[in-house]
Amino acid sequence: MAEFKRAMKKLLDSQQVQHALDRLYKAVVQQLPKEGTVAVVGIRTRGEILARRIVDRLRSERPGLHLETGVLDITFYRDDLSQRRGAPLVRATEIDFDLDDTWLLLVDDVLQTGRSVRAALDALHDFGRPKIIRLAVLIDRGGRQLPISADFAGRVVNAPAGSRVQVKLKENDGEEGVFIIKTEG
Amino acid sequence: MAKKASSSSRQKVKPKAAGQAFVWKRKDLLGLDELSAEEVVHILDTAESFKEVSTRSIKKVPALRGKVVGLLFFEDSTRTRMSFELAASRLSADTLLFTAKGSSITKGETTLDTVRNIEAMGVDIFVIRHGQSGSSHMLAHNVSASIINAGDGQHEHPTQGLLDIFTIRQRLGRVAGLKVAVVGDIAHSRVARSNILGLKKLGAEVVVVGPPTLVPQAIEPMGCTISHSLDDVLGQVDVVNMLRIQFERFSSNLFPSVREYHKLYGLTAKRLGRCKKNVIVMHPGPINRGVELTSEVADGPNSCILQQVTNGLAVRMAVLYLVSQGGK
Repeated sequence: MAEFKRAMKKLLDSQQVQHALDRLYKAVVQQLPKEGTVAVVGIRTRGEILARRIVDRLRSERPGLHLETGVLDITFYRDDLSQRRGAPLVRATEIDFDLDDTWLLLVDDVLQTGRSVRAALDALHDFGRPKIIRLAVLIDRGGRQLPISADFAGRVVNAPAGSRVQVKLKENDGEEGVFIIKTEG
Repeated sequence: MAKKASSSSRQKVKPKAAGQAFVWKRKDLLGLDELSAEEVVHILDTAESFKEVSTRSIKKVPALRGKVVGLLFFEDSTRTRMSFELAASRLSADTLLFTAKGSSITKGETTLDTVRNIEAMGVDIFVIRHGQSGSSHMLAHNVSASIINAGDGQHEHPTQGLLDIFTIRQRLGRVAGLKVAVVGDIAHSRVARSNILGLKKLGAEVVVVGPPTLVPQAIEPMGCTISHSLDDVLGQVDVVNMLRIQFERFSSNLFPSVREYHKLYGLTAKRLGRCKKNVIVMHPGPINRGVELTSEVADGPNSCILQQVTNGLAVRMAVLYLVSQGGK
């Protein structure tokens, strides 16, 4: 039997993460609606951090914008819930504004299978009916299992199946970077 | 997506978040006795997240969709039963209700046979209240579904203990270092036992107060002190948890009269005046008004009796969710 090996490779350094986020931000800004409420909702944990960074920048550069922010914990909406073992800590979803008729930007760190986004859409549906939902991800790594795609991506990479793309952000991980972890059997 | 990480690799990339790395593994919740302090805190933290669900306009999450929760109440209950029923439905589970009255128990079927028969219908989680101490443990060893103890005889009532501790933590911001008085019928009280066990684990000090006939000496090895005078302890405590006098469990007269009990151990406005200003008053319900406490105290600003009921829902949602995840 082959030995279990894990190789971790740095895909983006801190400066490149900054650059990807900048690209993402600029793409989003171009498509902002002319009127109405813009809601930015991040998926825990790193989507929440990215959403906060986008919101901070929008607040300073677009002071006239009517902006709402929220955080989504999608644990209960996952389709693999009944297949997982054990229960890590679930944290609260924080959406304390009216979602109805907003232009909503859903933010996550990595888009792969699309299942987290599917769960997030279900969760949002329980809170109201946004007019438009757009998806922004820092990294689109390919490997979709559902008909879901990102409207905005900071960086598109073609990561091999079986590998894992890990985003690290200083608020949560103490460092910035994107890593690809290869698991070889 | 990044969330595909196994828990072991997540620990590697996030070593500092020790609290999040903890994973609940139990299939049953039988009592607080066998839980570690970390497990108790994990339930309370999970309940904290579930509180938010009850504030939504659609108060439902699909966490237990397709699961069946069997509510088996061999003993009467209003609060606990309705709380578990609502908790299960907020998690999108289906519920089956069994009450001993009007069932085949009256035809002589044993408890285990009854539960096995209901399990055969495809029940995933049983919530059980039973008059016999240890019944939940017995069932947990004999059926493969998850078991949640909703009160077994005079042994434990873990979700009540948890919701009391949750309420204390919410009102006072901490549990460790607090001094809690548990007053009244300690001898018959599973609520007292679960409270003492949980509070001690989280570092609180517990003093049990009541007449000698209702306070067994055997409670001392659980790590609490005993007092027979309510007036002696009131000034020192942060929490007063008034237990119900369980007349239905008395086999003989354990105190001369209800009036005398109230005079010595009832919490009145006058007695409350001798407590710390921010003391919180709790009662697991149902209240015997004018016995354990007066209406003035029960409905006053120090009382968190209704808050306990509200929190009970979040705690039970957390417990249902955790055991459903832990048993695989």
